[in-house]
Amino acid sequence: MKYLITDNTSGAVRLEDIPELSYEAFYDDLAARLSEPRYHVAHYFAVPSGDRMRFYCLLLDDAEGRILVTSHAMEYYDATALPSLTARHAQMHPFERDITERYGIRFDGQPWPKPLRFPADRYDRRSSMDNYPFYTMEGRSLHEVNVGPIHAGIIEPGAFRFICNGEQVLHLEIALGYQHRGVERAFEETSNRLRQACLAEAVAGDSAVAHALAFAEAIERLTGCQRPAQLDRERAVALELERMAMQIADTGALSTDVGYQLGQVACEALRTMTINTTQAWCGNRFGKGLVRPHGSNHPLTAEKSAMIRRNVGEIARRYEEVRHDICSSPSLLARFEQCGVVPRDEMLRIGGVGQAARASGVARDIRTTHPSGSYAKCLRHETIVEQQGDVMARLVVRCREVLQSARHIDRLLAIYEEKYAATENPCGVPDYTAPLQPSTLSFGLVEGWRGETCHVALTDAAGRLATYRIKDPSLHNWLALALAVRGEGISDFPICNKSFNLSYCGHDL
Amino acid sequence: MIFPKIKVLRSHGRQAIPDLDAVALTSEFRGRPELSEAADSAEQSAVEQAAALCPTGALCAAPLSIDLGRCLFCGECARKAPRNIRFTNDYRLGSPTREGLVIRPGDTHVAFDMTRVRPELARLFSRSLHLREVSAGGDASIEMELNATGNVNFDFGRFGVGFTASPRHADGVVVTGPVSANMVEALEICYDAVATPKLLIACGSEACSGGLFAESRAVDRSFFERHTPDLWLPGAPTHPMIFIDGIRTLLGQKKREQP
Ligand code: SF4
Repeated sequence: MKYLITDNTSGAVRLEDIPELSYEAFYDDLAARLSEPRYHVAHYFAVPSGDRMRFYCLLLDDAEGRILVTSHAMEYYDATALPSLTARHAQMHPFERDITERYGIRFDGQPWPKPLRFPADRYDRRSSMDNYPFYTMEGRSLHEVNVGPIHAGIIEPGAFRFICNGEQVLHLEIALGYQHRGVERAFEETSNRLRQACLAEAVAGDSAVAHALAFAEAIERLTGCQRPAQLDRERAVALELERMAMQIADTGALSTDVGYQLGQVACEALRTMTINTTQAWCGNRFGKGLVRPHGSNHPLTAEKSAMIRRNVGEIARRYEEVRHDICSSPSLLARFEQCGVVPRDEMLRIGGVGQAARASGVARDIRTTHPSGSYAKCLRHETIVEQQGDVMARLVVRCREVLQSARHIDRLLAIYEEKYAATENPCGVPDYTAPLQPSTLSFGLVEGWRGETCHVALTDAAGRLATYRIKDPSLHNWLALALAVRGEGISDFPICNKSFNLSYCGHDL
Repeated sequence: MIFPKIKVLRSHGRQAIPDLDAVALTSEFRGRPELSEAADSAEQSAVEQAAALCPTGALCAAPLSIDLGRCLFCGECARKAPRNIRFTNDYRLGSPTREGLVIRPGDTHVAFDMTRVRPELARLFSRSLHLREVSAGGDASIEMELNATGNVNFDFGRFGVGFTASPRHADGVVVTGPVSANMVEALEICYDAVATPKLLIACGSEACSGGLFAESRAVDRSFFERHTPDLWLPGAPTHPMIFIDGIRTLLGQKKREQP
């Protein structure tokens, strides 16, 4: 047995049941599997315990909906370098870089041995933001453009360095870490589960629902409690509302960057309407406070359900008009089409996920491949895929997803109105004290609007949350942005960037 | 292709909020809390439980108070101790002083002590104010809310207030986030690049106190030891109306009740 096999509807797994391979066996098997597009790594991290270092790997199998869990271990003070998997499969790069940066473990042959996020507890204190080893090229006709860490707009910080030949971008390197706040450590340092839930919402505030949901699922697996189906449905409504709001916001942002003011203002108004719907439901425009372990503080009522259905229907109708206008404006299509192309094989190679991967013909969507909750039961979710991999394809995926989410919300609320409208809070109330199973690994795997959001929690022998690891989809996808702008004019960078809209804080943690 | 555009325009209609000073938010919105002293030991123990649960330590049980500069407005304390803590939808939360953000039993508004506002601010900036925003660990929701202040709905630009790209063009800096250690230097350089006289605004509970990350080793609060903000705006994230109300009150364009 090389892997412990589970799926997204099963419970937590005991640490002792997870196989522990030798690194050679782990390397050989993973390297072989990752050559097939059906597999990609959802998380790979190291956990020191005593004088040992154990490495856990969660591998997703899209074809059969399985989650394969395995591990390997070494002595803490063992200084031998491990052969790098990144050298064969580029998608491993953020994980290996993270392990090296935290614990000083070296990966032999790692082609991109650079810091990832400069965490406060990094192994090498000499490495700092100021001496990030940017890639350089020599040549009399080349110049470098440095952008950041502070950007022109009201957005988060990150440093972008372009190497250009005239107007053309030859290479873009993205150096992140400015947003590092120590989120994972903050999870581990507290036993106040409400505080942990609030931390999950703050991982990336624009994906508050997705991260809170991943946290809640991880915790509920650890407590072993069953969720009522209605709770799953309400969470799915919240998640799809968040998706709608953000996809609309990004449609607006793309419109802004090409000077298409009508689309910009229409999307701004539609986004306001979407997030105000969330606010009228739970009191916060980003859905903070909506998802809590084991229950809900903001159960739907018949009036709220009717209000959400009415608003979502109206938003979808008006958004469809905007979409139609974009598709019938040649001047917009000229900017969006064939710009920032990431071909399918590149996307697979770097392990891209979510909306960006789907725009490059990679049908990765947790809601389809690893469904849980309502997605496994009452929703028939179909993955939306576009093939071109350009800015337009990413926009079209957004457009189609807004309409799809609107349909999902309508369906979920129709079920609610039919079955529960007269019941007071069929979801139950949140529970922050339920004991966790000791020495267990659990995870939350959720398709947020950016893509696959994965939280992994490990408890110690006393049932305390000892290790908490978060992966935002941006961790995979930042590299896709860097590849997308190669060969493009530097003036097209803003629309390439907006077409991905990746998270800085979700990456930096 | 004009017809699709006409259709979009017709559906879009008029979006701007006509009077920003008259906005009332939905009753679900959690804004200024109202507190009342515990009348008996049952209430007192409910308040103590709420304080133990509070994720940021914003709630203090004895003497009862909530520090809005640390509060995430999660509303959990009001569920634990509903007789003593109640959230209203009042969004007028900004204060020129850090102490002003502390709410005590009986308080019916967040104090806005005009005597602590530099008198030249209204004269210099009331007709045009351009701000440079620096996110130093902000979680993106607050940045989106600041963007929203200028959108078609709120249109804060109508009062001459907006955001600018270069600190050289700016009249002040708005800081969001707890100030991550990796960002503190860039923030300092940016603030330094703004010509005096200038404004400093701490926007969001994380900027005001560090919020959830107040104790994190990855956060460096020294910027706020060197520089004192002119305006403190709570919120997680700060709703656009909190920002708009705070700036307008600071510039003397709007009055808050005085105690
Ligand atoms: S609403 Fe504020 S004071 Fe109350 S528990 Fe939440 S963070 Fe603490």
